[in-house]
Amino acid sequence: MTDLDTFRTETRAWLAENCPPEMRKPVRSEDDVCWGGRQFKPSSPAQKEWLDKMAAKGWTVPDWPKAYGGGGLSPAETKILREEMAAIKARNPLNSFGISMLGPALLKYGTEEQKLDHLTKIARGEIRWCQGYSEPNAGSDLAGLATSAEDKSDHYLVNGQKVWTSYADKADWIFCLVRTDKTSKQGGISFVLFDMASPGVSTKPILLISGNSPFCETFFDNVKVPKVNRVYEENKGWDVAKYLLGHEREMISGMGLASSGGNPLIDGAIATVGLGHDGRLADPLLRASIAMFEVRAKAFGAMSERFIDELKAGKAHPAQPSMMKYYGTELNKSRYELMMAAGGSDALEWDSERSRGGAIPRSWLRTKANSIEGGTSEIQLNIIAKRILELPA
Amino acid sequence: MPLYLDDDQTALQDTIRDFVAEHAPVSHMRALRDADDKTGFSRDLWKQFAEMGFTGILVGEDQGGLGLGHVEAGVVLEEIGRNLSPSPFLSTAVAAVEALKGTGQAERWFPGIIAGETVAALAIDEGAKHRDTVAMKAERSGNGFKLTGAKRFVTHGHTADLIIVAARTGGSDNDTDGITLFAVPKDTAGLTANAERLADSSLAARLEFEGVEVDADAVIGEVDAGRTPLDRLLRAGRTGASAELLGVGGGAMNMTVGYMKQRKQFGTLIGSFQALQHRAAHLYSEMEVARAAVLKAQQLLDQGSERADEAVSVAKAMTTLATTLSVQEGIQMHGGIGMTDEYDIGFYMKRARVLAEMFGDANFHADRLAIAAGY
Ligand SMILES: Cc1cc2nc3c(=O)[nH]c(=O)nc-3n(C[C@H](O)[C@H](O)[C@H](O)COP(=O)(O)OP(=O)(O)OC[C@H]3O[C@@H](n4cnc5c(N)ncnc54)[C@H](O)[C@@H]3O)c2cc1C
Repeated sequence: MTDLDTFRTETRAWLAENCPPEMRKPVRSEDDVCWGGRQFKPSSPAQKEWLDKMAAKGWTVPDWPKAYGGGGLSPAETKILREEMAAIKARNPLNSFGISMLGPALLKYGTEEQKLDHLTKIARGEIRWCQGYSEPNAGSDLAGLATSAEDKSDHYLVNGQKVWTSYADKADWIFCLVRTDKTSKQGGISFVLFDMASPGVSTKPILLISGNSPFCETFFDNVKVPKVNRVYEENKGWDVAKYLLGHEREMISGMGLASSGGNPLIDGAIATVGLGHDGRLADPLLRASIAMFEVRAKAFGAMSERFIDELKAGKAHPAQPSMMKYYGTELNKSRYELMMAAGGSDALEWDSERSRGGAIPRSWLRTKANSIEGGTSEIQLNIIAKRILELPA
Repeated sequence: MPLYLDDDQTALQDTIRDFVAEHAPVSHMRALRDADDKTGFSRDLWKQFAEMGFTGILVGEDQGGLGLGHVEAGVVLEEIGRNLSPSPFLSTAVAAVEALKGTGQAERWFPGIIAGETVAALAIDEGAKHRDTVAMKAERSGNGFKLTGAKRFVTHGHTADLIIVAARTGGSDNDTDGITLFAVPKDTAGLTANAERLADSSLAARLEFEGVEVDADAVIGEVDAGRTPLDRLLRAGRTGASAELLGVGGGAMNMTVGYMKQRKQFGTLIGSFQALQHRAAHLYSEMEVARAAVLKAQQLLDQGSERADEAVSVAKAMTTLATTLSVQEGIQMHGGIGMTDEYDIGFYMKRARVLAEMFGDANFHADRLAIAAGY
């Protein structure tokens, strides 16, 4: 047996023993997702147990160094862990912008103190982060942001407004882009971290078409941010911001992948229209649409595997996350269009218990944001055209 | 195993890329067409392929081959696709070799295939759309069998030295059992081949079997159990055709993107128009996803995984979708010049259409996935 075979056997055994049965079922609603943080209220004892056990092994962030709370696993071991978790349909123990966005940026650009402090807390799910990028007049043109940070020797004084800040009202800390130089657009931005409990920070939720309000307007009124909380050099925050965006796009692209456990689309269609005598879905056009969608979804599954493998080996084009984000999110939107079509009138129920509080229609509406958040599809296509295909400006 | 080419495979890719681009670029295919060549490919070039060892790419080293896998065969096929090179590689070195592998027929046919002397053709399809059904009859006769029926869309069928034929020794058209695979040598009495030129200027034959007598030792594998070697043949053929499609789609895309960087209208390069940039970027994404699907199928085949069959159908359907888009956008973005025979992009469209039908189109494979998933 190779070392990897041994690792697989041991991992399988550990998961079998430690992953609670309740954590091997798909999440039922947004409340069922574990985000951690100071305000974390577990939806079940199993959820807490699963988080604690995985965090103790460093497996909430398996490929981060052990010193920062990670598992210290190699890319091949990380892949095995992922496969073994998928095999038992284990849930993600922790969902976190800290893991998928800030963490990678700190690993690359943070000081040793910043890494030791923030990364370990992210890994254990103690601090929940939010992303302060967008502003009312800086969306796609993000570098046009205006929130100012005035130099006060040992600290900055931050004033301005952010918008679309997901979960700002639930987050403990924010990673935030601020303007430290008005004379240069991209070269005048700095990347800072601060506590949302700091005096002068306030948030106001925005209701979405899905009926949920996960994101907020965020206001900063003379917020004091110690300079030790600046990541990387002053006026060089755009480098950090872009690097982080690559990881954000990678994470969002994962939404194009089928969720673990069964296939809700196919099961849903069989439940509503039924199978004919030949064992085929009784609505041939719906069947054809689903089958052709599945071709792309499965091919994209292979693409995700390839992308992660290439990324880990340093072989991926730096702009490839844009392709993944574009394709995965467009795919996810078409998945939910089909889910709605397959569900018929059942999928229209908004509040009923039977519909689990309208889980499908609310998710359907939520997916429409996939191709907007983290940079719109149009922006991703611009990036692919310019940076990968090298088409002229 | 990571889902990208390893160093050896990349080195092979460099070699084959240079070789095909030098010896069999699109102009080679054009010249064969203009000369109304009746063979459909260059025997000399096929010999050169043999000298480089490519004809034995899937044959084990103990039998004189390179002992490589579907990933490597695909690397070759992608370059064949990119250059639209007419070649018996897919039918002979990939599909036929896989059908014969591990059977008593291997010893008889492999040396000729490896030497570049034997070209094989696959008599699989009976209708105008590829199906899993086999209606052609093989009745016991003397110490062998008598084959009666017709096959079509047999690439190289009129020049091949070896024809692999799927026929029915029992059961009815749609049964899995009762199929037997035969290795029928060229010039066997009662077999006629009528070659037709197809849209892409390649040649495919309609074969008529009028009581064609073959010895019992023409059977590949076991009587009535031809599904096994036939499935091997189909998996290899489908995966290979996907790799070739990837080359066709990728080649067309490169031509198109290249043209966008050079053609000026309204005083500016057309590649700077965002409407075109977005379509090109979308096309790139489709091709990348197709590429991943193909590599996944190849790797699973090489691992002998039970998930290979599904991955093969995904690959064939996905490459068909992506490459169809690539050639269509190719013509459109070239504008009028794309419609001229003089310009190469049209050849890509024609080749893509032929490969789309080969071994089952996108609908056929999506349908297979649906059946396997129980709907
Ligand atoms: C659910 C959700 C969660 C989010 N979470 C966060 C968060 O946590 N933190 C945060 O900072 N932000 C967040 N955002 C904001 C998100 O990043 C922005 O909405 C996004 O970048 C688009 O900016 P905008 O809304 O200002 O649209 P605009 O930039 O005004 O775009 C409007 C339209 O114009 C198109 N467009 C703009 N420029 C171009 C161009 N150059 N070429 C072609 N088309 C163009 C766009 O594609 C779009 O279709 C979130 C958004 C959503 C929907």
